[in-house]
Amino acid sequence: MLNYTLRRLGIAIPTLFVIVTAAFFLMRAAPGGPFDAEADLEPEVLENIRAAYDLDKPLLTQYWLFLSRAVRGNFGPSLVYKDFTVTELIAIGLPVSITLGLLAKLVALLLGGLGGIIAALRQNSLLDHTLMGLAMTGIALPAFVSAPILALFFGLYLKLLPVAGWNDGALPNLVLPVVALALPQIAVIARLMRGGMLEVLRSNFVRTARSRGLKESTVVFRHVLPSALVPLVGYLGPALAGIMTGSLIVELIFNLPGVGRYFVQGALNRDYPLVMGVVIIYATFIILFNLLSDLAYAALDPRVRKSYR
Amino acid sequence: MTPVIECQQLNVRFRTDGGAVTAVSDLDFNLNAGECLGVVGESGSGKSQTFLAMFGLLAHNGTATGSIRYRGTELLNAPRSTLDGLRGNRLAMIFQDALSGLTPTMRIGDQMSEVLMRHQGLSRRNARARVIEALEVVRIADPEQRFSAYPFEMSGGMRQRVMIAMATLCRPEVLIADEPTTALDVTVQAQVLRLLNGLKNHTGTSLVLITHDLGVVAGLCDRVLIMYAGRAVELGPVRDIFRRPAHPYTQALLRSMPSLIIDPGKDLPVIPGQPPDLENLPAGCPFASRCLHTQDDCTTERPRLRAVGPDHSRACHLPA
Repeated sequence: MLNYTLRRLGIAIPTLFVIVTAAFFLMRAAPGGPFDAEADLEPEVLENIRAAYDLDKPLLTQYWLFLSRAVRGNFGPSLVYKDFTVTELIAIGLPVSITLGLLAKLVALLLGGLGGIIAALRQNSLLDHTLMGLAMTGIALPAFVSAPILALFFGLYLKLLPVAGWNDGALPNLVLPVVALALPQIAVIARLMRGGMLEVLRSNFVRTARSRGLKESTVVFRHVLPSALVPLVGYLGPALAGIMTGSLIVELIFNLPGVGRYFVQGALNRDYPLVMGVVIIYATFIILFNLLSDLAYAALDPRVRKSYR
Repeated sequence: MTPVIECQQLNVRFRTDGGAVTAVSDLDFNLNAGECLGVVGESGSGKSQTFLAMFGLLAHNGTATGSIRYRGTELLNAPRSTLDGLRGNRLAMIFQDALSGLTPTMRIGDQMSEVLMRHQGLSRRNARARVIEALEVVRIADPEQRFSAYPFEMSGGMRQRVMIAMATLCRPEVLIADEPTTALDVTVQAQVLRLLNGLKNHTGTSLVLITHDLGVVAGLCDRVLIMYAGRAVELGPVRDIFRRPAHPYTQALLRSMPSLIIDPGKDLPVIPGQPPDLENLPAGCPFASRCLHTQDDCTTERPRLRAVGPDHSRACHLPA
C-alpha cells in the first residue's frame, strides 16, 4: 500500500513536468501579449518592460528560467496585478477557494449521500421520485441562476445573510456561496449514491445478510455501503480537484477573493506567470485527488487493496 | 411427533409486466423435529420461493398468503423484529451460491461474529472464539488465520463450508439448505453433504434440503416433497417415494435418473414437453400435458393431495 502510494507520487513528477511544459508553450503560441491592453506605449518603453520580465530572451531560455525558478516555488511577478507575485496571489486566493470548495463538497456528500441512500431503500416510492425529481432540478439549475436567486431571497428579501463579500470567511458570509456551489453536486451525488445502492441491494450477499437476522442498519452500512460507494469515489476524485475552477462563477457573483477568476483573467490577459502558477496548482490537485480516490477504492474493497502491490 | 414448521395453504405470487405469476399454490406440508425433508423439483417449481417466503426474503414484487408457522409463531408477513429474532438464530438458511453469498468487502470472521453478537449478545472477543471453533467443525484448515480472510481469498468449497458454519453458529432448530452443492464440484459436494449429515445426526437440527439431485435425497433425507409448477405433487417417506412412486411425475423423474446399470449406448429417458407457463396455469393438473396416463378430469379438475399409504400422499386423479 505504502509502496503503491510512493510509486504513484513518483510518477506524478514527470506527469506534472509534461503538463507544465505543454501549458508553457501553448500560452506562448497564443497570439497577443500581456501588455497589448496598455494604451499607446512607446516602442522603447515596451522593450524595456519586456526586458524587465525577460520576455525579450529566446523562448527556450525563458522556459529554462521559468523552470529553474518554479522548482524553488518562485513563479515571478504577475504581469497584470502589479505589485503582486503569483505566489502571493495564490496564497491569498487559494485558502478562500479551498474553504468554499471543501465545505460545499462536504455538504453535498452528506445531503446527497443520505438522499441517495434513502431513495434507494424506498425505491419507486413517492419519496424516491420526489428526491430524484429534486436532484434532476438541481443538476439542471446552473449556479449563475441559483446564486442570484439565493442572494436575492436570503440577502435582500429576508435580510438573513450577507448578499456578498468574504469578511475573512465569517460563517454568515459562507452560507450562500457554499449552498450555491453544493446544490448541483448534491444532485449528482444523490443520483450516483442511489444507483450504487440499488445495484448492490440486488446482490445475493445482501439477501444472505438479511437471512441471518441482521438489523437493517447493519445490512445497509456494513454490507451494502462499502460496495455502493465505489461509483461515488470515482466521481469525487476529479470533482475535488475542481474545487478551484468550479467556484469561478460563485466567486464572481458573491465577490469572493478566490483563485477561480485567475484562471480566466490570467489566460485572457496573457499573464504568463499567473497562468503557469494556476496550472501547476490545478494539475497537482488533479493528480493528488485521483490518487486519493484510488486509495479510497482500496480502503473500500479488499480485492483492490490486494492488487496494489 | 410435533411439527417445527407448519405450512398451510401457502401461495406465492409475483407481479410482473406480463401479469401475475404464481410461483407456489396451495402448498401444505410439515417439518418434524429432527427430520430431514428433501424438497425436489425442477427450476421454477417453487421450491426456493417457498422458503424465501418463510424467511421474508421474497423479491419486492412478490407477495405470500397462507400461513407458515414456526412452533406456533406466524412467519408470513411477520414484522421485521419477529423475523430478525428467529432468522439466523432459530431458523437458518444456506443458499445455493456461496460464491456470491458472502459480503465481498468484509472479513469472513467479522461476518460470522456479527451473527453471534446480534443473537446471543456475545462480546467481539467471545464471538471470535466461537467462530474459530465453528470453522474447525467444518474443517477449515488454520481457522485462526482464516478468520481474517476475505471471501475472494477462499475457494468455492471453503466458502460453502463457511456459509454452513455461519448458518449453524446459533445451533438453529431448522436449517434450510437451498441447493447447497449445485455450485460445487463433485468431490467438494461429497464433503458438504457429509457435513450436513453429521449436523443432522449430532445436533437434532431439522433439515430441509432443496435440490434437484435425487441421489442426494436418497442418501440424506427421511421424507421427500416433490413439487411441480408450484404445487406439491407427492409427499412421503424416502423409501416409499423411491420404491413405489405414486405420482406419474415422480415416476418419470426416477426413470430419467442416470444410472450405472443403464446401457451406455441408450439415450437417457427424458420427460417430454415443458412445464406449464406460470402466468397461465391450466385448470386441471399442471402435469397433465406431459403425463403418460391422462384421463378426462385431469385437464378439468385440479387434484388435491390425498393419502395413498401411511404418511404417503400424492395429488393425482388416476386410480392408485
